[in-house]
Amino acid sequence: MTEVKMTVNGKAASGNVEGRTLLVQFLREDMGLTGTHVGCDTSQCGACVVHVNGEAVKSCTMLAVEAQGAEVSTIEGQAAPDGTLNTIQQAFQDHHGLQCGFCTPGMVMSAAALLKDNPKPTESDVRHYLDGNICRCTGYHNIVKAIMAASGQDVSAIAGE
Amino acid sequence: MPKDSGIGASSKRREDIRFLTGEGNYTDDINVNGQAYVYFLRSDIAHGTLDSVDTSAAEGMEGVVRIFTGADFEAVGSVPCGWQITDKHGEPMQEPRHPVLAHGKVRHVGEPIAAVVAETLEQARDAAEAIEVEISELPAVVNMKDAVKADAPKVHDDLTSNLCYDWGFVEENKGAVDQAFKEAAHVTTLELVNNRLVANPMEPRVAVGDYSRGTGDYTLFTTSQNPHVIRLLMGAFVLGIPEHKLRVVAPDVGGGFGTKIFHYQEEAFVTFAAKACNRAVKWTSSRSEAFMSDAHGRDHVTKIELALDAEHNFTALRTDTYANMGAYLSTFAPSVPTWLHGTLMAGNYKTPLIYVNVKAVFTNTVPVDAYRGAGRPEATYQLERLVDKAAHELGVDPIKLRRQNFIMEFPYATPVAVEYDTGDYVATMDKLEEMADIGGFAARRKASEAKGKLRGFGVNCYIEACGIAPSNLVGQLGARAGLFESCTVRVNATGGLVVMTGSHSHGQGHETSFSQVVADMIGIPEDMVEVVHGDTANTPMGMGTYGSRSLAVGGSAMVRATEKIIAKAKKIASHLLEASEGDVELKDGAFTVAGTDKSVAWGDVTLAAYVPHNYPLEEIEPGLEETAFYDPSNFTYPSGAYACEVELDPETGQVTIERFSAADDFGNIVNPMIVTGQVHGGLAQGIGQALLENCAYDSDGQLLSASYMDYAMPRATDVPFYDVDHSCQTPCTHNPLGVKGCGEAGAIGSPPAVVNAVLDAMRSGGSTVDHIDMPVSPHRVWEAMNGSGV
Repeated sequence: MTEVKMTVNGKAASGNVEGRTLLVQFLREDMGLTGTHVGCDTSQCGACVVHVNGEAVKSCTMLAVEAQGAEVSTIEGQAAPDGTLNTIQQAFQDHHGLQCGFCTPGMVMSAAALLKDNPKPTESDVRHYLDGNICRCTGYHNIVKAIMAASGQDVSAIAGE
Repeated sequence: MPKDSGIGASSKRREDIRFLTGEGNYTDDINVNGQAYVYFLRSDIAHGTLDSVDTSAAEGMEGVVRIFTGADFEAVGSVPCGWQITDKHGEPMQEPRHPVLAHGKVRHVGEPIAAVVAETLEQARDAAEAIEVEISELPAVVNMKDAVKADAPKVHDDLTSNLCYDWGFVEENKGAVDQAFKEAAHVTTLELVNNRLVANPMEPRVAVGDYSRGTGDYTLFTTSQNPHVIRLLMGAFVLGIPEHKLRVVAPDVGGGFGTKIFHYQEEAFVTFAAKACNRAVKWTSSRSEAFMSDAHGRDHVTKIELALDAEHNFTALRTDTYANMGAYLSTFAPSVPTWLHGTLMAGNYKTPLIYVNVKAVFTNTVPVDAYRGAGRPEATYQLERLVDKAAHELGVDPIKLRRQNFIMEFPYATPVAVEYDTGDYVATMDKLEEMADIGGFAARRKASEAKGKLRGFGVNCYIEACGIAPSNLVGQLGARAGLFESCTVRVNATGGLVVMTGSHSHGQGHETSFSQVVADMIGIPEDMVEVVHGDTANTPMGMGTYGSRSLAVGGSAMVRATEKIIAKAKKIASHLLEASEGDVELKDGAFTVAGTDKSVAWGDVTLAAYVPHNYPLEEIEPGLEETAFYDPSNFTYPSGAYACEVELDPETGQVTIERFSAADDFGNIVNPMIVTGQVHGGLAQGIGQALLENCAYDSDGQLLSASYMDYAMPRATDVPFYDVDHSCQTPCTHNPLGVKGCGEAGAIGSPPAVVNAVLDAMRSGGSTVDHIDMPVSPHRVWEAMNGSGV
């Protein structure tokens, strides 16, 4: 067992993990942060995306020990302390960008990473960036629309309800 | 002006807040104190005799609590099948035993052979590697037509063959149908495959079993679309646990699409093992396990023929389908290719004579059962591909041929046993033609051709039977369950309501839309209504969510219960108002006496129900809580017309979806935003089936597509923005909301439009190919256009 220490959503976090313990296991099982999900075992679906030192990472593909000393942020750290949704979260609700909610944490975390690098993405930019995030419910329409809306772009021309 | 609350409003979803902040409560988020973990050792061989399972080396490994094999389950019941089909000779289908853990034989890759319960999942997995399994491999049957040959290896030695049933529908019509074909001016024939799919909800299945020695109570937390059904099937048929000692909880469930309807062995295992080990046992499926243990969908091989007269009227339809059951009968498997498929073969057309033959076949593959649409996509795909082919053979416009044969008068009794209550197929086609901008297609094709691409346009119609269903009817058809729905509405003293529904939400947003209905009926804000679902301990016995039935059946039960609440509240109000009950009206959350200014607020009436100081106790009981069970008199029949426009790269065979338009008739609509989202999701799954997805086996029964590396899930780049319209509304005539259901339409209605569009594009490039099987991969398109020998 190895002791790992990191900062998760701004708070110090530590635990003893096996060498094979994945970051997502550490977050879910040791930290109780069950908002980060596991939807596959081949690093394809993106339900487990978190930010490590500001970069989007699939936490099923990173060992907990690799995050030693890192700044990790998860879906639980995205809303304001008073619970107010952040811009991306609010856009997902406003534009019905989620249904079952299982892929949603990864989608929101990926969207945040995209908008940090590319503040005004085109539809094509958004779709290509989400190549590593699978959603089975929404058909992506409202996810793409929500992310474009969150970037401050006018989405009224995109088909609605 | 769009409404801002109640029925018809696009109320934002209340469940989103918890899902967007990581506070959802999915089954894998549930941990019971002291729980152990189970890992299933699964067969990597499709068919073989299980000679020995030696667990001795694994037993003593670190952390191992107990190892179970098939022998531990000899006294336990078979995993049951909920639907019995009677074949065309009047005989019952062949129904094999389905053990919790394999015993004697293994029959598909992924079948569980042993289960290791250990302190940690890693220890369980490590110990499973030390189990020595001896299997004498037998030849596997994978191809359905091979499986029914006389000399084929048998999947089940105790059955007479691999034929589960040979179903003829309507058998009495067969002679007349055959005669109509002899007299036809034109016959169009098509052979096609409806590709095997895996539902792939993003949340893999999870089951946590718990048992209390102190009370003798069992609890199962499971990823289910219908917790009461699991409680009944598992309790009564597998483990012999009475329902009052078994609680089944399906909390937030991360998508279902049908594959979480069924009762699976893993649920029975963790419940059984919780008592045997005297501690909670948790199983979390990996995605790889999901591919080889979740029930698959579709997998039909069909020959279909259409007879037309000289004026191009459809005179008869005949189909011959092989439907794969897999190695065992999953919960509703036998009903899918029969009653959910044969009864839809009339489609939107007034074909007077129809005969459907279905041979259901056992193979050494994962069991196949309902997947979004369940039988109806298979029917729609055949029929709408066939009509398109007929139009091209006859040189007539595919839309014109469809319009000419539309059913125009309702109610309409089809020759395949169902009666459509309402519909307006002309209206949805008119709407579609407008949405799809058919007039602009020629210019768009020209623009594509200028880039060296081909462009194609395809349409189809669809009809579905939803709101499954009248219990007395499905009982006659072989269902071993009732298909009513239930609801209890509890009004609290201060006026808020709790709606406890037997429906289950796993992405559909019932907590929002169901609240809209009740709030609208009473005239109070939506946030005064709470919706509770997914727990047998606090909801009435209900049948759950599938077949686009929640609002049509569960919503109707909720309306009936709310009507009872309002009726009783009116009695209380009339007492408080000292008025005749007949003069009291409920409007905008207050009871008023007609023609006066006398009024009492909803909250004062509900308070009186629980503080009955001034109350007609001699006439009515205190309290305000009512339950209703609703059993519909018919299915509902949503319908629509879809159009797809594709661009095809003749150099690579790559197809891209450029436009997709969907004009649906769902009857009345409660939340347009949610309905549109349901259609979007269905369209992506239908486009996925048409272009990308395929569950592939090799001839030895090895599953070739068992991960997202090999099974092509639709990604954001594979689909366009969709244009969805549901302004054509012919309300259902037999449920109180006039709703029809919208959950499956997209998946039912889209595959034929895509394939019809691809063939149109190929034709524009000079191809004479008249059919291509799904998924229409670049490889298949390129071969079809260039020949496989090139």
